[in-house]
Amino acid sequence: MSASKNEWPLWEVFVRSRQGLSHKHVGSLHAADATMAVNNARDVYTRRQEGTSIWVVKAEDITASTPAEKDILFDPANDKVYRHPTFYDLPDEVKNM
Amino acid sequence: MAKLGHEWILRLGDDALVLAQRLSEWCSHGPALEEDIALSNIALDLLGQARALLTLAGEREGQGRDEDALAYFRTDREFSNALLVEVPNGHFGDTIVRQMLFDQFALLRYEALAGQSAEPEVAAIAAKAVKEVRYHAAHSAQWVVRLGDGTDESHNKVQESLNVLWPYTQELFEDDAVSQACAAAGVLPLNASYHARWKEQVLAILEEATLNCPETSALLTGGREGKHTEHLSYLLAEMQVLQRTYPGAKW
Repeated sequence: MSASKNEWPLWEVFVRSRQGLSHKHVGSLHAADATMAVNNARDVYTRRQEGTSIWVVKAEDITASTPAEKDILFDPANDKVYRHPTFYDLPDEVKNM
Repeated sequence: MAKLGHEWILRLGDDALVLAQRLSEWCSHGPALEEDIALSNIALDLLGQARALLTLAGEREGQGRDEDALAYFRTDREFSNALLVEVPNGHFGDTIVRQMLFDQFALLRYEALAGQSAEPEVAAIAAKAVKEVRYHAAHSAQWVVRLGDGTDESHNKVQESLNVLWPYTQELFEDDAVSQACAAAGVLPLNASYHARWKEQVLAILEEATLNCPETSALLTGGREGKHTEHLSYLLAEMQVLQRTYPGAKW
């Protein structure tokens, strides 16, 4: 790691804006431990009533796909329209789809 | 039952206002972006409490003074905050220890106020403040533990902060005619009555932080009757300069 050893680890922050919705990635921050990360997330990302729940994950614990893998991971789905739920009508009562 | 004056509300408001001003000095100087925002948020919570309390105190006083008149056009001798909240910020550890000592006290006081029915307006302000101060108290306690139980350097620094700030804490639990009238009216218990609970909670935090509670007989007091340290004058000069230079100026 090139970051200074004096720097706090990086955490990714996920906030649920209201009940029924999933947590969404909102950004990242630095904190020395998980408790501090939740506190900091509360202060940095929910001070305008954006959230009802916070998750924090150490950035180094996230495994990401690499851009080089884009072709094999995502292109094969291009021509498979039958995987989309467009062949039937959704009832009006179903929200959040 | 005799109607309580406005002084006791002013004390609550002045504690919040002066500490809000102190904490806001950290804005853009925090040790990290996240902590900078945390301290500023706490300052804004306190400022909100101060505004509600000073407005109410002004109404009770009945001389037409609003929150701005009370905040910007009183001299240091007319402020009744405890000395603890006017102590300069020092380094981050100094600020955190001061905050922890005050938060633990403020929480007990607001909880008592939120639970009484003799003064419903203050109970409403206190009920809102309790939620805010619970967070402040958790934040400052966690930091005291982090620094106290951290490196040798951080431990020594906050132990020194504690040694310097401890003599200011006794004043919080003193009683005089104003607090005795509040107790008689069933609004607030005597300040002395929550000293034991405060000390128990503070000692628990200090123990987790591996810090020693200072043994001192020194007692610094006088804030409630307007006898302040010189530091308050400088704080007020900065806070009041605009309104005193351009009275009634608005953003």
